[in-house]
Amino acid sequence: MIKCESVYKSYGDINAVNNVSFEIKGGTFLGLLGPNGAGKTTLMRTMIGLLDPNKGNVFFNNMKMQKDNLKIKEKIGVVTQHINLDKELTINENMIFAAKLYKISNDKINIEIKRVLNLLGLYECKDRKTKKLSGGMKRKLMIAKAIIHNPDFIFLDEPTVGIDLNTRKEIWHFLRQENKKGKTIVLTTHYIEEAEQLCDLVMLMSEGEIFKEDTSKNLISEIGDFKVEYSDTEMYFYNTLNEAKIATENSDRIFSISKTSLEDVFFYYTNKKVN
Amino acid sequence: MQIKTILWREWRFFLHRFWKITTSQLVTPILYIITFGIGLGDKLEVGGQPYLFFLMPGILSMVTMRNSYYAVSMRIMLGRLNDKSFETYIYAPMKMSSLTFGYLLAGTLRGLYAGAFIFIISFFTKRAIDITFTLVFMLVLNSLLFSAIGFIASMVVDTHYDLSRFTNMVITPMSFLCGTFYQVSGLPKIFKWIIELLPLTHTTRLIRGVSFGYGVDYFSLLIVLIYIFFLTVIAIRICYREITY
Repeated sequence: MIKCESVYKSYGDINAVNNVSFEIKGGTFLGLLGPNGAGKTTLMRTMIGLLDPNKGNVFFNNMKMQKDNLKIKEKIGVVTQHINLDKELTINENMIFAAKLYKISNDKINIEIKRVLNLLGLYECKDRKTKKLSGGMKRKLMIAKAIIHNPDFIFLDEPTVGIDLNTRKEIWHFLRQENKKGKTIVLTTHYIEEAEQLCDLVMLMSEGEIFKEDTSKNLISEIGDFKVEYSDTEMYFYNTLNEAKIATENSDRIFSISKTSLEDVFFYYTNKKVN
Repeated sequence: MQIKTILWREWRFFLHRFWKITTSQLVTPILYIITFGIGLGDKLEVGGQPYLFFLMPGILSMVTMRNSYYAVSMRIMLGRLNDKSFETYIYAPMKMSSLTFGYLLAGTLRGLYAGAFIFIISFFTKRAIDITFTLVFMLVLNSLLFSAIGFIASMVVDTHYDLSRFTNMVITPMSFLCGTFYQVSGLPKIFKWIIELLPLTHTTRLIRGVSFGYGVDYFSLLIVLIYIFFLTVIAIRICYREITY
């Protein structure tokens, strides 16, 4: 269980996270969506103890982050937005370092590293220096480091940014498998498709606040399952295909009818807020 | 365990950059020894001794100081500001005190490694420095103190330029002014008082005193220990501040 209780985090006059409260059950795959500057990363960094909130509390299985941070951090795996690997070290050395940080005993380190690197397809090149890896491999290595200690909670901040579609799909597959094992995953992403594919709970953020939270399906149903699009900015939503057809039958403008996606929901709400 | 983890990481880093680290740390002391020592060494006397003899412990002090300072400050600054690898420690179950001690020890070892070359070089100058336990202990204190300064400096700067400015404004002047190349006692009173406040003055005095067999200056030892204690406390507090920053 993860619980945020009236969390505030500000930088000077700017409220990066503004009174955020929610609770999610163990095993949830949560997606935090929002435009740049919405407060997703700050919220995540506050949750994992990288930032201290100005007000409010974060709980993991009833343990309070500010009080039991060392115990909680043992159960958390983190993949940050930027590549924070030690570039001078090899893949294997980065993994040993992560294993030691999370107090994995010496006799188990090699077994665990082999298991995790095999899962992510990195074992064969474990002796390569990190600075010589491709962007996708670096991302995979960051995920491997984050799960070396078999954490209950995995936090991923834009984990697939800047990598090709195939690698992204491999990572998606891997994350689904981890979620099926019962791990709670919190993901921030700009790729709406990523959240739609992976998350069973989505929270939409803007200006430091969570203004919508539900499953992708419910969020879509709420505005209408079908979309009539006249231009990039002019869209109308209908509950059924028939309603959409009736609404457009006398139109002399070019339009398209399609199923509403989470991306449309995202634009629907953020545009509405901005306007 | 956690301190060992940091030492292990820094050890692997050191091995990967062994030649670069080793060669770059040799250049400056060799230049000083050639210029001030061998070039002028036989022509000058300080305190009734050849200048080269006087100079060697000063170089030893300066080299251990600079290398421990640079080893810690550059690693942490790059880890914090460039590759962000430093935050790995913050979201891991790592005590901030262990993090601080780990880096201070890593810096101390790098200082001692650099100091070892000065011992070796001193053999070739016919002014060999005797390695004693007390001397090594003084080098440890010197390295520890400047590792702590490097740690604090790299934790508070926001850009590379800030660290470079701190090094130019504080570390470089200190390395020249604190009796490494000359006797502080010869300075005008006002300068002497200022220089007596600087930590390198006391570590150099300790290192030189022990090297020459004059024994330990307990006042300087006390000053150095006070410096180390307060700098370590400040370093740990700054680590905690990193979370709230």
